[in-house]
Amino acid sequence: MEATRRRAIRDGLLQSAGILVALALSAVVLLGMGVSPWEAAARLVGGAFSSPGDIASVLRTWAPVLLCSAGLLLTFSAGMWNIGIEGQVVMGAVCTTGALRLLQGVLPPWAALLLSALAGLVGGALWGALAGALRLYGNVNEIFGGLGLNFIANGLTVYLVLGPWGRPGSASTSGTEPFPRALWLPAFPGFDVSPYEVALGLLAIAAVAIVLRGTYFGLRLKAIGQSLRAAFLLGVPTASHLMAAFFFCGACGGLAGWVLVVGASTRHQLYPLISGGYGFLGVLVVMLANRRAGWVLPISFFFAAIAMGSVGLDSSLAGVIQGLLVLGVLFSQGLQRRYLPREEGS
Amino acid sequence: MGSVLDFLAAVVAASPPIVFAVLGETITERAGVINLSLNGTLMLSAMAGFAVALSTGSLLAGFAAAMGVGALVALVIAFGSLTLRLPQVAVGFVLTLLCRDLAYVLGQPYTGRPGPQVPHRPIPVLEGIPVLGQVLFGHNVVVYLSLLAIVLTWLYFFRTRPGLNLLGLGEGPVAAFVRGIDVVRARYLYTLLGGALVGFGGASFSLLVDPGWSRPKGIDGTGWIALAIVIFGNWQPLRGALGAYFFVVLQQLAIKLQSALPNVPTQIFSTLPFPLMILTLLLVTIGNAEWVQRAIGALPEGTRRLVLRLLRGLQTTPPAGLGTTLEQE
Amino acid sequence: MRVELRDIHKHFGPVKANDGISLRVEPGTIHALLGENGAGKSTLMKVLSGYLQPDRGTILLDGKPVAIRSPAEGIAHGVGMLHQDPLDFPALSVLDNFVLGSPGPLFLDRRRARRELERLCAALDFRLEPEAPVSSLSIGERQQLEIVRLLWLGAQVLILDEPTTAISAQQKAKLFAALRALAGQGKTIVFVSHKLQEVEELCGPVTVLARGRVAGEVEMPCSPERLVRLMFGQAIATGKRAPVPPGEPVLELERLTVSDWRLEVRDLSLTVRAGEVIGLAGLEGSGQRLLLQACAGLLRPTSGRVRLAGRDLTGRPYRHFLEAGVAYMPGGRLGEGLIPGLTIAEHVALSERSRSFLVDWRAAARSAAERIRHYQIRGEPATPVEALSGGNQQRTLLGLLPPSLRLLLLEHPTRGLDLESTEAIWSLLDERTRRGTAILFASADLDELLDRSDRILVFFGGRVVEMDARTTTVEQLGERIGGRGFD
Repeated sequence: MEATRRRAIRDGLLQSAGILVALALSAVVLLGMGVSPWEAAARLVGGAFSSPGDIASVLRTWAPVLLCSAGLLLTFSAGMWNIGIEGQVVMGAVCTTGALRLLQGVLPPWAALLLSALAGLVGGALWGALAGALRLYGNVNEIFGGLGLNFIANGLTVYLVLGPWGRPGSASTSGTEPFPRALWLPAFPGFDVSPYEVALGLLAIAAVAIVLRGTYFGLRLKAIGQSLRAAFLLGVPTASHLMAAFFFCGACGGLAGWVLVVGASTRHQLYPLISGGYGFLGVLVVMLANRRAGWVLPISFFFAAIAMGSVGLDSSLAGVIQGLLVLGVLFSQGLQRRYLPREEGS
Repeated sequence: MGSVLDFLAAVVAASPPIVFAVLGETITERAGVINLSLNGTLMLSAMAGFAVALSTGSLLAGFAAAMGVGALVALVIAFGSLTLRLPQVAVGFVLTLLCRDLAYVLGQPYTGRPGPQVPHRPIPVLEGIPVLGQVLFGHNVVVYLSLLAIVLTWLYFFRTRPGLNLLGLGEGPVAAFVRGIDVVRARYLYTLLGGALVGFGGASFSLLVDPGWSRPKGIDGTGWIALAIVIFGNWQPLRGALGAYFFVVLQQLAIKLQSALPNVPTQIFSTLPFPLMILTLLLVTIGNAEWVQRAIGALPEGTRRLVLRLLRGLQTTPPAGLGTTLEQE
Repeated sequence: MRVELRDIHKHFGPVKANDGISLRVEPGTIHALLGENGAGKSTLMKVLSGYLQPDRGTILLDGKPVAIRSPAEGIAHGVGMLHQDPLDFPALSVLDNFVLGSPGPLFLDRRRARRELERLCAALDFRLEPEAPVSSLSIGERQQLEIVRLLWLGAQVLILDEPTTAISAQQKAKLFAALRALAGQGKTIVFVSHKLQEVEELCGPVTVLARGRVAGEVEMPCSPERLVRLMFGQAIATGKRAPVPPGEPVLELERLTVSDWRLEVRDLSLTVRAGEVIGLAGLEGSGQRLLLQACAGLLRPTSGRVRLAGRDLTGRPYRHFLEAGVAYMPGGRLGEGLIPGLTIAEHVALSERSRSFLVDWRAAARSAAERIRHYQIRGEPATPVEALSGGNQQRTLLGLLPPSLRLLLLEHPTRGLDLESTEAIWSLLDERTRRGTAILFASADLDELLDRSDRILVFFGGRVVEMDARTTTVEQLGERIGGRGFD
């Protein structure tokens, strides 16, 4: 239809305008730093792709972001702001570390790794369920509940790192005893990233995409997200499904935590703030991807590339660009909806 | 006794950032807008305040710049949610991350440099008052301003006509409209005002409480707590200020305990206040949940009355119009 | 102050709420504005008070044309409106509500305001506690507060929109006495209502609105039959429903009491058999919704029992009702019944409540196409439901129902639909009754109630009276709805 095609083109142009404005603002920021925007762009792209080692770094960053985004697609679909994802990543890392400490030397490495993955998954899932329970039964807004749980998870990490799991003779928060090489995920020879990490991330996205598009669970989550009341009246068990969404999102976060501990080039230890903002980055990715699984793949990759490329300039620069991009797209969508309403009535 | 007073004085001295943040956000939320970017705004305005003060040598310019930054971020929130009708949480969340990163990026050149600080200026006569004097009046202009701000906000809310209109605006935007209040315009103004106050709080951190700029900066996380304190304070200036002081007490206690228990690592104490605040939040909001109401209904009469009275004292209910948009033809 | 409205037009989308209305109200009178739901009374008064802007037309006060662009301008001109739902601030005190929005100096003089409040209350024999939170007040008291506030701001014209919907008899008496006193002082009172008895008791001139136009102007006293005919129009003879022999009892209500914050339906006992159709009549907010929701398991009754096909389901969660063969179709088609953003096929998949894991989209599309055909829905399986017209949305809702149902509860099934859609919907519903489904439906359309029901329950302020659909006339039904015979 001519009208819908015209509208799609117009919407696309508006979104692009939002992105361009965001990039322009980023350029302004860079100028404010005394850096030439062109040079920075070159370094960002170059920094991410100039060598195989750099590409490996991008992939390494990509994996946890993919996992978090996958989980967040579920909660966003149900209309929830799972800001607690960071804590779920941390708890995953904590449980992973705990399991590995218990099992190292007792079981063959591959078994220990698998079980610790399970531990991380369950840890994150339970932490997510806790946020969900606070929301459903404690009437605590999921944003604050999630934030609080983030703080608690980090506090727990600090306690463990400085206390029971601390390195003997060291009173710093630099981390627990690093795990031996046997307990690292095998990497591509010569590179710093493990195929398992990336594969896990891609698998998670694929799984979530299938769930959302092809299962009753996904359909019901979507219904809940659009109208809780109508979904309830149609017979959807809203409470259990919301809890499940938080549970599975937490599970994905927990797996991200596992990757951050056992991944090929991590520090191989538990340390405070191990979640490193990957969870929040996942929120930004899903927002920018308009909650569509297909878009999450390139956008998360792009964000990971920016993160890697900006290491040379300023590690927070990535956050600025990412934030500006999401803001630009959000605002262009808002403008579009407000000032250019649909042509056909309903 | 002396050490208790010293402790209280230390609490008051460290309180301006969070007091201003809580007051500013209370005003914004009373108008019906949630400014979730509080954490980022505090950091960005702290950096900006310090940077400008350092470059110009003028503390006044620093504070003004910080207020400007706070208002600017608030403007983005207001525009996004009031004009573009985007969800307030979404815009606020992105901004809180963005401003934090922006603060670190733009603040690079100022890291670790010594800069101007708000000078110590005890008030001559008032300082002499036995207990209060030492606690309240032996500080500096910014602290006095924070105390004044609490009083002024309270006066505005409960003693003035426009303040009453603000309360009405938050409770019932439709009813407020019927009474002749320009809802959108008022929301814009109060959001900007709240943002400016938050900005002032940010500057009071980098120019007073923890002078300078560094990476990471201690103010990170305070914004989130301020949001929780606004809820805890039931959107009232006095109770919110109380919550703010309570939080600072926890922080100062952490410092004290740390020196008393040198074996226990510092970070435990610095992170402890945060989960405690969240738990308090749970306590005050849980009364609203339906299953709790039913459970209370099942209690024997005497216990029920007691529990209800307790809950009502703790109870916080948001202004009914918080986060809503005014739909008009 | 003399009020004149000339040729007021106001539309909302395709609906013409006010279609060229002209009206004149004299000072010192209590002028009634009568009409059934949707006649355009509230809209017209909202235009007069400045809450809405007319598309066309003029307002004249004391012969002078004025532009009233907002409620604040309205009160500045002396026109104040008491809305049907109180527009006040429940969390604030009576005194603060009284003062909020009034002009004056920066600092509030609460003491002076308090004196004014007490003076005005005493003059009208109202009793309001200044420090009490408005949330603790009854609706009647909230109205009193609003009246007093409007008078304080200088209202010469007082519009009351359905003021007696949820107040006690005592408060009503006080209100009426106050209104008479104010009229005696020369104020202009407009009393918007649908309650014939009250109009009879209180008002002088009456303007009747129907379907957005002035149906007639009369002066009380006037026969209620005439008023009803003006309000509801002539009964058009349509085919009456072929009665279905009633089967086993499907729904049994035993001394049921349900309530919400405003209203209570008390002590209702009812037996509904398979194949029966019960119409719930009455003005908006008289208790029909409460009953429907109680029968659906969405509202827990305060006392009494709800039995479905012999099983006692009182207090059980909604899901049990669904499994027992009950379906509830809410009045809000989009947003309460259908989920915006989802397609027809997705709704079909959802409603099937399948236990399997993966969705067979092809089967869902096929099932959706089948239902589209059967229910003659103008749309495709992939059409998002918000793109459907009202009639098609209603057909879709019906199409989502399971094939065999014991009890179907409908809120306003044909509201806003044209004749053709209405006929189609009812033939689908009749088909279900022939298969044994019992139907309870609420409606504001008297003809629909009389033609399609076996029995009619008339609701008025929470009280219920039963009438036989076959032997009742439109006039009788109209009168009952208006409140006659309920005391």
